[in-house]
Amino acid sequence: MRPLENAIETSELTRRFNGLVAVDRLSISVERGEVFGLLGPNGAGKTTTISMLCTILKPTSGSARVNGFDIVKQDMQVRKSIGIVFQDPSIDDRLTGRENLYMHANLYGVPPGEQKSRIDRVLKLVELEDRADDILRTYSGGMRRRLEIARGLIHYPRVLFLDEPTIGLDPQTRGHIWSYIEDLRKAHDITMVLTTHYMEEADRLSDRIAIMDYGKIVVSDTPSGLKETLEGDVITVKTKEADRLSSLLAGTAGILKASVVDDRLEVTVRGGKALLPRIVEAAAKSGVFVESVSLREPNLEDVFLHYTGRAIRPEGGDELHGMAAIRRRSIK
Amino acid sequence: MTEIRGIYTLWLREVKRYLRDRARIISSFVQPLLWLLIFGSGIRFSGTIGNLTYQQYIFPGIIGQTLLFTSMFMGISVIWDREFGFLKEILVAPISRFSIFLGKMLGDSTDAVIQGIIVFVLGFLLGIRLDPLTFLEALPVMILITFGLVGIGLTVASFIESLESFGVIQSFINLPLFFLSGALFPIRGDVPNWLQIISSFNPLTYGIDALRTIILGNAWQPLNPLYFNLLIVCGFDAVMMTIGTLAFSRRK
Repeated sequence: MRPLENAIETSELTRRFNGLVAVDRLSISVERGEVFGLLGPNGAGKTTTISMLCTILKPTSGSARVNGFDIVKQDMQVRKSIGIVFQDPSIDDRLTGRENLYMHANLYGVPPGEQKSRIDRVLKLVELEDRADDILRTYSGGMRRRLEIARGLIHYPRVLFLDEPTIGLDPQTRGHIWSYIEDLRKAHDITMVLTTHYMEEADRLSDRIAIMDYGKIVVSDTPSGLKETLEGDVITVKTKEADRLSSLLAGTAGILKASVVDDRLEVTVRGGKALLPRIVEAAAKSGVFVESVSLREPNLEDVFLHYTGRAIRPEGGDELHGMAAIRRRSIK
Repeated sequence: MTEIRGIYTLWLREVKRYLRDRARIISSFVQPLLWLLIFGSGIRFSGTIGNLTYQQYIFPGIIGQTLLFTSMFMGISVIWDREFGFLKEILVAPISRFSIFLGKMLGDSTDAVIQGIIVFVLGFLLGIRLDPLTFLEALPVMILITFGLVGIGLTVASFIESLESFGVIQSFINLPLFFLSGALFPIRGDVPNWLQIISSFNPLTYGIDALRTIILGNAWQPLNPLYFNLLIVCGFDAVMMTIGTLAFSRRK
């Protein structure tokens, strides 16, 4: 394989379900060694995209190559060269952690002589050595997730797919998983494709982010590049006389946009830190009583809002429990 | 080689899961015991079949029943794997669908045959005349019967969506196959013609007849020659393996 070849290359990749277009002529490329974040709300087509790249689902039209292999014609080669952490749990809860890992090693043809050392290493990576011989049923949600990440690495994949890796986990566990993912990439120089609907997650982990909505890539850039596309910081001034303050500020240098929402004035500015005192000063001079002021730098949430016109929605009710969670796991 | 290791690891998983399920193993003693001890004894005092006690007569039938019910249950349990997501891990692995099917089938069959062996032991305890040689002869036949039955279970499982349909399977597959197999009464003589005809389409009829021939020896007048019974059972296995693999590959 040519060393400069991209890890993933898709061309007009499309998948329809009964007339509904889940993924619409998607053309993306992921460079070797980068972490590529696919960000978007539920139903945006992220999981469908991943399923096609992992050869679980056949595209309706278009094509894609993963590690240089065609996802339709060379599906076995693709499968051997990738690791997947599914959105929904996919481990056997009657077996121990170690048994699950051995099973994976056998399914992926890891030479028997190497299995033990590789398994010990991945267990260490996710700090599960002490619990490796316990039945999965006794694991917490976060531990299961860590084991799934470990499992995805045993066969030395060159691309690791992480589909919503922290969905349904508590914030502390989420933080742990993030640091494992960061360590992994430092230590293994692995290409990762991450789907998420958590802005923070995409922002923290990805080198490049593509925002996906209704099966299409809305915009794709580095996290900071995306934030820069939003022209400035947002200053929110809470006051009863928002309209009057708005007209007072009209024409001030650095103010890009001002809009009144209820008893708040939202001002988009360039250089928020410098302008904030000026705005308060102007208000005080004209006798406008300011209740509170806040300054916010744009985050991916704003980027999403900017490009799609709506706030990002939590995926399927965010955290599912009990039977609802079980039902969601079934593949249809 | 990867395929063989894949098949092995899937087989191992089924057997480990089975052996860890203590409740199921214990309950697996109970049902055949009820049939042999209560049903068998009850009817025994109402009549005999040829020169066999009724208990002796149904013993091979109860082995067949155990193989049938366990195989179907094990095969169906693949739905459970689907519900809990584990099937995804297997389906995305770089091994063929045929190997996946084979691994599951061998694993489930091993479990079902262990259940069958348990019934054998029970029969021994109940004083049904058995010797080790009979057991060694019966074992391969039990294995052959099981393959096809697990195949039915796995095939059915790939067509239904949830385990809630289990009752339907019990009513429409398990019980008809059981009642129409000659397990409980000989399919000959005064038995109505329609029943004999339907039974002749049931592969289990041939399997149980083969088991009787081996276990009861001269005391039993077989419906068909042993080689013919085994030929039908092997044909049934081949058909179910083909259908099962196709059904498994169908899932996307």
